[in-house]
Amino acid sequence: MKVLWELFWTFAKMGVMTFGGGYAMLPILQREVVENKRWVTEEEIMDYYAIGQCTPGIIAVNTATFIGQKIRGIAGGIVATLGVVFPSVVIISILAGLITNFSHLVWVQNAFAGIQVCVCVLIFNAVMKLLKKSVVDKRTAAIFAVVLVGSVFLRISPAWFVIVAAAVGIILKNLEVKGK
Amino acid sequence: MSVYLRLYWEFFKTGLFAVGGGMATLPFLKDIGQSTGWYTYTDLMNMLAVSESTPGPIGINMATYVGFTVGGIPGAVIATLGEVTPSIIVILIVAMMLKKFRDNRYVNMAFYGLRPASTGLIGAACVTVMLEVMTGIKVLAADGALVNTFRMAGESLIKWPGVLLGALLIVLTNFVKPVKNWHPIVFIAFSAVVGIVFRFAGV
Repeated sequence: MKVLWELFWTFAKMGVMTFGGGYAMLPILQREVVENKRWVTEEEIMDYYAIGQCTPGIIAVNTATFIGQKIRGIAGGIVATLGVVFPSVVIISILAGLITNFSHLVWVQNAFAGIQVCVCVLIFNAVMKLLKKSVVDKRTAAIFAVVLVGSVFLRISPAWFVIVAAAVGIILKNLEVKGK
Repeated sequence: MSVYLRLYWEFFKTGLFAVGGGMATLPFLKDIGQSTGWYTYTDLMNMLAVSESTPGPIGINMATYVGFTVGGIPGAVIATLGEVTPSIIVILIVAMMLKKFRDNRYVNMAFYGLRPASTGLIGAACVTVMLEVMTGIKVLAADGALVNTFRMAGESLIKWPGVLLGALLIVLTNFVKPVKNWHPIVFIAFSAVVGIVFRFAGV
């Protein structure tokens, strides 16, 4: 029980310190979980982080579940995850309540109109960064382009693009193996 | 179906299919807003801005915010739990066969196709919000329609103040040496000030 509490609070702390997404989490995670608590080794955490990036969901959550289950099985995985999301739920609920109350003010509306431009740029930068990692040849470039255009013009759930793309990846790679 | 059940289900799907971290949930959140009418793109943009500027993983912050918008504090909790449920299930399964998963040919093959698709989805969300924020074009989707429709909203085709600020921010965040490594919150704060001074909302 004591270990579960420790897991919860350690990851809650991690949640507060993760400012700006899962990528920002790794250095803090290393210091806390590898050096201070000695729960996992450096190699293990790199593995977890790598797998956390290529499994569905939020990277920070995936990594937390992984470390939690390593220490205390299924319960540990769940508790670590609840810990990492706990600060978000509290902070955002308070902020969202406040913003709703102030959203009728003219300067708040103008501020958010400015912020929206910035958010566009942040998304654009994220896409550019992801492009370098995901588009590695002509075929991945084609998949990117088809999904981009398809998703802008068609009203299909993004889930379908994901499912079909995974199947296409398997088929393309299989043809490649057979072609050799 | 009760709103909370729907909320849990929508976020469960988001958590299951969004691959590649917080930003990858954006196309799904866009889709939820479109199909339920719970919130608009503009609302979503504001939520994303707040999520980027507060502590916590962006994906979780956005889930909490959307949940709160739809159903108050219970909504915030339910949306967040919905989003992390698939993660917990998938990771617990993967952890049981860690070595096999990492070396599995099919997993690697699937990701060859998945990664560019995920980037394409975020790119599409980017295009849509850019049209909304920097031009007078709105992307509409009538319920049940297969194809999105584009419509002029407002008087001017291009919103020049937004385009100029966007261009400035792209240069600052990518090419100006010490500045580009600053935390996004700095640029968000800067944009808020610009928005207030130049009356970006037009009021």
